[in-house]
Amino acid sequence: MSKIKKLLLDETKYKITVPIIAILLSFLIGTIVMLLTGINPLGAFKALARTMTGINFDKLFTDKMFNARYVGEFLTTALPITLTGLSVAFAFRTGLFNIGAEGQLLVGAMAATVTSIMLDLPAIIHLPIVILSAALAGALWGFVPGILKAKYNVHEVVVTIMMNYTALHMTNYLLKKLPGSSLIKTVKSNPSGTLQSDFIASITNNSRLHWGIIVVGLSILVFWYIIEKTSFGFELRSVGFNPDASKYAGMKVTRNVMFSMMIAGAFAGLAGAMLSIGTFDYGRILVGFENYGFDGIAVALLGGNVAIGVLLSGLLFGGLKSAQPLMQANGVPLEIAKIISSLIVLFVAMKYGFEMWLRTYAKKQEEEGK
Amino acid sequence: MSKNTIKLFLVLVLVLAMVAGCSAKVEEPVVEEPVVEEPVVEEPVVEEPVVEEPEEVMTVGLITDIGGIDDKSFNQGTWEGILEFAEDFNLSEEEYKYIQSESDADYLPNLSTFADEEMDLIVAPGFLFFDSMTEVAELYPDQKFLLIDSVVDASNVASAVFAEHEGSFLVGVAAALKAQEAGQDTVAFLGGMDFGLIQKFEAGFEAGVWAVDPDMTVLVDYAGAFNDAQKGQTFASKFYDQGAYIIYHAAGGTGNGVIKEAKDRVQNGEDVWVIGVDKDQYDDGIYEADKSVILTSMMKRVDVAAYTVCENVLNEEFTGDILVFNLANGGVSIPAENPNLNAEWETEIQDFADQVIAGEIIVPEAPVRILEED
Repeated sequence: MSKIKKLLLDETKYKITVPIIAILLSFLIGTIVMLLTGINPLGAFKALARTMTGINFDKLFTDKMFNARYVGEFLTTALPITLTGLSVAFAFRTGLFNIGAEGQLLVGAMAATVTSIMLDLPAIIHLPIVILSAALAGALWGFVPGILKAKYNVHEVVVTIMMNYTALHMTNYLLKKLPGSSLIKTVKSNPSGTLQSDFIASITNNSRLHWGIIVVGLSILVFWYIIEKTSFGFELRSVGFNPDASKYAGMKVTRNVMFSMMIAGAFAGLAGAMLSIGTFDYGRILVGFENYGFDGIAVALLGGNVAIGVLLSGLLFGGLKSAQPLMQANGVPLEIAKIISSLIVLFVAMKYGFEMWLRTYAKKQEEEGK
Repeated sequence: MSKNTIKLFLVLVLVLAMVAGCSAKVEEPVVEEPVVEEPVVEEPVVEEPVVEEPEEVMTVGLITDIGGIDDKSFNQGTWEGILEFAEDFNLSEEEYKYIQSESDADYLPNLSTFADEEMDLIVAPGFLFFDSMTEVAELYPDQKFLLIDSVVDASNVASAVFAEHEGSFLVGVAAALKAQEAGQDTVAFLGGMDFGLIQKFEAGFEAGVWAVDPDMTVLVDYAGAFNDAQKGQTFASKFYDQGAYIIYHAAGGTGNGVIKEAKDRVQNGEDVWVIGVDKDQYDDGIYEADKSVILTSMMKRVDVAAYTVCENVLNEEFTGDILVFNLANGGVSIPAENPNLNAEWETEIQDFADQVIAGEIIVPEAPVRILEED
């Protein structure tokens, strides 16, 4: 007990304790909501546990105990939102608010589809080209708000929101123009330019998990390395803390802002590739946004904008998202998981409140101790 | 290096999975603290023998598309058919359930989830399920599926299709009769997206209108979306401004915008009408007391389709064939009650229906504009 107390009161650990408090509180309130509406909360927790582990706790020690498909689908769902989370987090470290992950994702998805369908190369060259083109397209989409911010001080929130809509309609238009496209999707991507894998499908009981898992793993390492280990990353963080001081210290603030948005865009572009040549094997003409970008904001927020945090919160949000079929099969409505995820965001956003509360609590403890 | 990366990543995944499992467990005691909860958890255990008494009939699962279970259209209609079946054959509450999809990325895992649960029948309404259904049918060859409104050629998938052109023909007749009475000469058709299936609605509608009055103008447009009510309202406004008296929409949720525009106009003293689609939309069109802008509706009886196939599964008569639901077998129809149609018109519509059933009138499946192109 005293250990937990100590941990709670340790100001240097707020970065970890506050999100965990937020998660626990959200689940608690979610549980109360379920109890009040006459839903068995066990159904929700069992579904979540089964989605993330593949283990069916109702059928322990039978041949139906474990189903790898659930784990595969869980990871498949977590991949794109982890990447959009990285995108938002990266920009945020430079003090930029990237609302445009959605649009960067869309152009990335389109670029991957186009290069996959139009090129015909051996897989060893084709696949890297396809993935790089997604990152480049995303970076280009991040470059526009980046340069507008750097040169003319146009607020990146305004520009990125506009560019989301531009991306949606432009990609829809271009995808429809590809040879063989119908009104709702393009033709299947080239087998040499897809992340899908029969091997992974076979070991995960035909889930849609794909090689994108490696792309995400590398992206997390790249994020961590740039931010924490390079002088460029140090400059970015410094600009995020105080652009004026950084400029005075001789850093190229405008250049850094631009690069930061481009790298953020590249991460979101890769998220697009996760969808268009991973989860799906074709480009989709979308009716509206699918909110991967906005999920990314939540992921980055909960993850405290650090690589490992984004990974963990990406997995949590992915779990909540992919648990929905099982939850509903257990009689828990679609809205409950949404309520829980929204509460997490709400509570994390309230982190200063929690910190204040923890500090007062610490003071009280100290006084009592005396 | 890269092998280590993967290892590291997988370890992280496992750790998180464990953390998540623990955090869920941490909750439980918190939940149980209020004393009332414990009996709630125990209750099912007590009930179990009661549930067992009426023996398991069969299990049915519905996957909705992104419209949701209360879309006042396909998903809801199919679910109502399943509910009716459940009532008639005393299915217990555990035996019929639905999963709502949030995006098209959910279709495949949702279908697989029910297949893993080994439901006796899995129902998916709508052509949007075509790809995922094709894939899942192959992965679960022993699982019985029903796909409504689209055709998957697999021995374990029953495909229910509708003679939409026949139903649309009837509402076309109704539209023409109503317009004639009001001295109007223009009606309109708004489709969701411009492809074969929706063109059947257009074809039947214009044929119906012209069967009554060959000189009537039928305006045609496509909204490009099935779930954009705002777009629907814009298109409706355009049609009414062009002089359309009645709009027949085959556009799902987009059509809700058409109905809204009609309501607004009627409340401002204009005289305009809407013809509903998929199910009886009369209630959606009510603007005051029990007056509605819905003249009549072209009902695609997805409930009949769901009910029929459920019954087939129960009687072990399920086949993975194409089942056509048309005027003759009650698969398409106008509502039994149409407060906005007078008895004379209803008789006339029934006359036309009888002629179609008897094969005296063959309703075209492609609109004239397409036929002329070829």
